[in-house]
Amino acid sequence: MRFLAKIANIVWKDLVAEFRTKEMISAMLIFSVLVIIVFAFAFDPVGETVRAVSPGIIWVAFTFSGILGLNRSFVNEKQNETLLGLMLAPVDRTAIFFGKVITNFILMVITEAISLPVFFVLFDFRMEGSLLQLLLVIFLGTLGFVSIGTFLAALSANVRTSEILLPIILFPVLVPVIIGAVESTATIFNQGAFEQIVGWVKLLAVYDVIFLVVPFILFDYVLEV
Amino acid sequence: MLQPSKSHQLLGWITFVLVLVALYMSFIYAPIERVMGYVQKIFYFHVASAWNAFFAFFIVFIASIIYLITRNMRWDTIAKVSAEIGVVFTTIVLVTGPIWGRAAWNTWWTWEPRLTTTLILWFIYLAYVLIRASGMETQKKATLAAVFGIIGFIDVPIVFFAIKWWGAKAHPLVFGESGGGIHPQMLHALIASVIAFTFLYFYMLQKGILIEQAEERLKKIKETLRAKSH
Repeated sequence: MRFLAKIANIVWKDLVAEFRTKEMISAMLIFSVLVIIVFAFAFDPVGETVRAVSPGIIWVAFTFSGILGLNRSFVNEKQNETLLGLMLAPVDRTAIFFGKVITNFILMVITEAISLPVFFVLFDFRMEGSLLQLLLVIFLGTLGFVSIGTFLAALSANVRTSEILLPIILFPVLVPVIIGAVESTATIFNQGAFEQIVGWVKLLAVYDVIFLVVPFILFDYVLEV
Repeated sequence: MLQPSKSHQLLGWITFVLVLVALYMSFIYAPIERVMGYVQKIFYFHVASAWNAFFAFFIVFIASIIYLITRNMRWDTIAKVSAEIGVVFTTIVLVTGPIWGRAAWNTWWTWEPRLTTTLILWFIYLAYVLIRASGMETQKKATLAAVFGIIGFIDVPIVFFAIKWWGAKAHPLVFGESGGGIHPQMLHALIASVIAFTFLYFYMLQKGILIEQAEERLKKIKETLRAKSH
């Protein structure tokens, strides 16, 4: 219970700092809508193409804008030299990790909650599948993205060129999440039965568990001075 | 003086002979494939390179874990050299694959599970090499690279299954129950080639470690010289 309270404190601190400047969230929001608009020009937004490419557009917009937020989550701490303060705080290092994961998760969910309706409106897309299933897939996909993303962001924050390094080291590792999320989103949009996405949902869940546990073990090494 | 040890030279000669044997067995001993013809000879080196690549990345994984436990820079060097060798052999797999595929199935590339997984594997370890290439102090870099070496290796099976469910089925299954089977002499050639490549891996690993040690020495000499000139 104490552990959870410590995590909650870190999340609270991060969210307060973020919503005073709104530096990350505004950039993520604008960027995700921009990605959608760029895709509207790249593919014909009217007609049958939309249905075929929409799951891809959505997840590219989510992950690309997510990277922006991940980049800042540890680099900001480094630049303000507050990471040392965090590390000196009487908490387990893993509490810092989970705190950051939850903060990034909340920021991404806000971005998604706004950019997804924008996508539906701009592409005149009529959602026909189950909304509940879509929310489940978005939840699992975002969690997987954020857990490994936060960990690798902490890793790359040690490098001067972390903004360049992070996408290059993150996307190859992220391939299962992208495949699973896009495939199941496509099935949901095509009104497929839940049985058709069960395999993907399991894959996403397993990925989430593995990449929440492995960083849990390895996070101490990443924050070492 | 940093002279290669006797055992290293011996390993070099054994590798040399084994590679010759493998070449002989692949090109002369093994029969020519009826349908594909000479192009099928790529098979022996394609499979052996793939084996070497996976083996090299497995060594990276093991060496990374041992490094994190013992903090012995030796293991860091092994992981670094092994990753570089793995990337080289993965590149060979990715180059020979399309050449063979073009001749055998009339297509350069198919988004088939093993092929695609190898491509992602290549990107994961390129990322590893990039972490190695970034400017950080040695200890820190060793730790972070080890962490990524572990993460990357754990990710590979998940990537494989994800791509397997996603992709079509185009790769011929040569071994196993549903496979087309293989001529015994071809199998001998393949085994010889895999053994030769495994020796080649260990030879390159030793060579790489020697180069790393030489670089370390050079760095120390430079530091002493700089200290003296001031």
